[in-house]
Amino acid sequence: VGKRQVSQATFEEMSVSDFFYRNRDIAGLTNPSRSIFVAIREVVENSLDAAESQKIPPDVYVRLSFEAEATKDTQIYKLRVQDNGSGIQPRFIPSAFGQVLYGSKYKLKQARGTFGLGGKMAVLYGQITTHQPVMITSSTGQEKIYSFKLMIDIQRNKPIILDRKVLINKDNWRGTIIEFSLEGDYLRAMPKIIEYFKQTAMVNPYANITFVDPKGRLYKFTRATTTMPEPPTETLPHPYGVDVELLQRLIQITTCTNMSTFLRQHFHRVGEITAQKFLEFAGIQVSKNPKKLTHEEIVKLMQNLKKYKEFLPPDASCLSPLGEELLKAGVMKELNPEYLVVHQRKPSTYAGHPFIVEMAIAYGGGVPKTGNFVIYRFANKIPLLYDEASDVSYKVISAMNWRRYKVQPDMPIAIVIHVCSTKVPYKTVGKEFISDRIEVRKEEANALREVSRQLSHFLTRQEHVHMEKKRLGIFSKYLPRIAEFSTTLAGETKRPDIDKLLKSVQKYGAEES
Amino acid sequence: MAQKKAKITERKLEVLNSLKKFGTSVYNQLDQGVFPTVNMPSRSTENITYDSALRQYVLGEKSVGRSTRNIRHIKPFTQLAWVALFSNELTSQRKTSTLRDVYYSAQAYEMTFQDQQESNNIITDLETLTGFAREDFSIFPEERSAIFGDLDIAYTVPGYEGKSVNLTSHPDGVLIGPAVTSSEFLKTTADKVIAIEKGALFTRFIEESVHSKHKSLLISCGGQAPRQTRSFIRRLHDELGLPVYILTDGDPWGMHIAQVIISGSANAAHLRDLNTPDAVWSGVWATDIIDYKLPTDPLDEVDIKRLYELQKDPRYQNDPIWQREIKTFLKIKRKTELEAFSRYGLTYIVDEYLPTKLENGPDVAEGKKKK
Repeated sequence: VGKRQVSQATFEEMSVSDFFYRNRDIAGLTNPSRSIFVAIREVVENSLDAAESQKIPPDVYVRLSFEAEATKDTQIYKLRVQDNGSGIQPRFIPSAFGQVLYGSKYKLKQARGTFGLGGKMAVLYGQITTHQPVMITSSTGQEKIYSFKLMIDIQRNKPIILDRKVLINKDNWRGTIIEFSLEGDYLRAMPKIIEYFKQTAMVNPYANITFVDPKGRLYKFTRATTTMPEPPTETLPHPYGVDVELLQRLIQITTCTNMSTFLRQHFHRVGEITAQKFLEFAGIQVSKNPKKLTHEEIVKLMQNLKKYKEFLPPDASCLSPLGEELLKAGVMKELNPEYLVVHQRKPSTYAGHPFIVEMAIAYGGGVPKTGNFVIYRFANKIPLLYDEASDVSYKVISAMNWRRYKVQPDMPIAIVIHVCSTKVPYKTVGKEFISDRIEVRKEEANALREVSRQLSHFLTRQEHVHMEKKRLGIFSKYLPRIAEFSTTLAGETKRPDIDKLLKSVQKYGAEES
Repeated sequence: MAQKKAKITERKLEVLNSLKKFGTSVYNQLDQGVFPTVNMPSRSTENITYDSALRQYVLGEKSVGRSTRNIRHIKPFTQLAWVALFSNELTSQRKTSTLRDVYYSAQAYEMTFQDQQESNNIITDLETLTGFAREDFSIFPEERSAIFGDLDIAYTVPGYEGKSVNLTSHPDGVLIGPAVTSSEFLKTTADKVIAIEKGALFTRFIEESVHSKHKSLLISCGGQAPRQTRSFIRRLHDELGLPVYILTDGDPWGMHIAQVIISGSANAAHLRDLNTPDAVWSGVWATDIIDYKLPTDPLDEVDIKRLYELQKDPRYQNDPIWQREIKTFLKIKRKTELEAFSRYGLTYIVDEYLPTKLENGPDVAEGKKKK
């Protein structure tokens, strides 16, 4: 508490690590149960990304083991996550895990994390709660395996290497193992953690995920396919999506000496003619050296980039949606519904950021009957488990006229929404729900209408089959009785043959459907 | 007597034939590979008309079809076939059953009725289809009324065939059940039938020996007279040639109890011989309230509403006495009960009121009709 109440008179320089250390709740590390969930999630997502970027079906092994009691409600746990991903070159390892805001995720392509913050925040959190170093073991599949024992120098945002080992990689192992201690409340977090693994398995049907919890219980999610989605290609930022900070950084690193080449080289979908027309629109000389732009001119440039209507929309090659087949496989694998329909929307954009909405609706079978729809939300293949009612999808689902689709709220229905984007429009830094952007809402609504339309066809068909079965059931129940009764009443001995009548009903039924 | 016996056997044969006819028709249709259908007169209200010659409600020309081809008809059709089969068994084995019993017996045949109302409706269907009353199929309702008076009857029910009994043998009266309604009449000294709305007064009449003082057969209707009682009254009138007098409370409801014995009910429009058109409503009239200065209660709203309904009812158009009494009720806006005569002493109703009424009875009514 004392640290947060920094006196207004003293201005200290604060490192990025220090900043996050003091404001760790913005990364979701708010309480012992939430923190342990977030820590596991961030590290697992890094592992999935590491495998996916190489188009390797991920094998992720997670073990959380009890170390010691900490407080009345919290314990110290050791978290170990092992993957079969790309591995990290030894020279990058210390910074990758020991320096906040260092990462490979600054170029524009779809990835799970966005700030290069998640994994390191988890490590930082472990260090401040247990004062224990983190162990990183990694190999890119070459002849050596590198092992580091690290701590973060929080005030200077620098890794401290405590130990470094090199081993011979006899088996050509490739991947990364991260192991560190942290404080948390697993018992409380358990339902969310298990749900997280289940949903992660749903949206990553090509991944093997194993989790061993502190009680020694094993949760195993086996892949249903080895087909992987196309990895995203890196793209330049689109002019609509820039801010002053990004412009300044680009100007700093650029080698271009005039505005036309500057725009063409650093922005997505800007060619010579577009650059010329834009510069004319913005009143900037083509030959102007970008490095000579004043601060005011940079701000004006940013405003004009947003104002100019002629830029082509960004293309979606930087996105890696699951695709209908994989989404189907994932939902099938985890929910095993009676009926499933999936739909992928065409790419769309908001504020210069491309995004794609994928939607699935599952009915019956293993879908739990809760009296309400079960909603599974995903953003860039990350399950969103908190604040469902604040998410734009919740509004979209609530606004639907479900009766038109023959859907009753008490039906066993699950709705799966996946939004992927180079910049998912999260409402908060905690990344738990997507804000109500009109473009996103429109895409989600259209996707939902499409899958619901197909579901309603299915329900109609099912109702029809059901009615037909019932109809036949009634005829085959009563006709034999009538035959029986009338035979006795008429004083006959031989029962009349009613098979022909029963068949005729069936035939008629088939014609009807 | 042998003739009477033959008549009863003959009717039974007719009943059995009607059931067999239905069964054969269904059987033949099935055998020819068509969905069996059956037609019967419609019992909907627009098909019920009052026949002033018959002096009862009858069904019109409209008929309804039941087809096993129709998903909504096949279940009631099956139930109808089952009830026919069950009635056939009862009648040929000379057993009787009650409406409630039918409802339960169905379960033994794996024929389920949702409730007793459903099975009752199907029994009414069978009545409509064949033109016979459920009592002919040996199915009786639970409610019973009673008879008391000097009448010798001979039973026809199995085990009691030929055994005779005098209906004064039990001081509480004898239940009008299947054994009594199916009996043959041997001899009587009575020269009239008095049907009484309430059991209490029926008991009083027995205590006061009205049956011998006024040579009458006393019947307790127990409120609205059950069908078998109505048909029994008809037999007493037709076979013994006895005039029938009805005593009810002095209110629209009592008046209508008498009317149903006389003209029948719309619910039984598909049946004959349940009503006794010559029976007479002897009281208590609205005019009696004035003439005898009887203690009264005010008519309430439903009473008045009912009176306006009855005023338009075709059954109340034949004899002007009905319209006169309705008008009087509406004028004085009072009603009374049979027990009200007790203000003049326990025996007044028997010693004074009844003789006057019986004396004037049919002739007065006839006379008034002529005016």
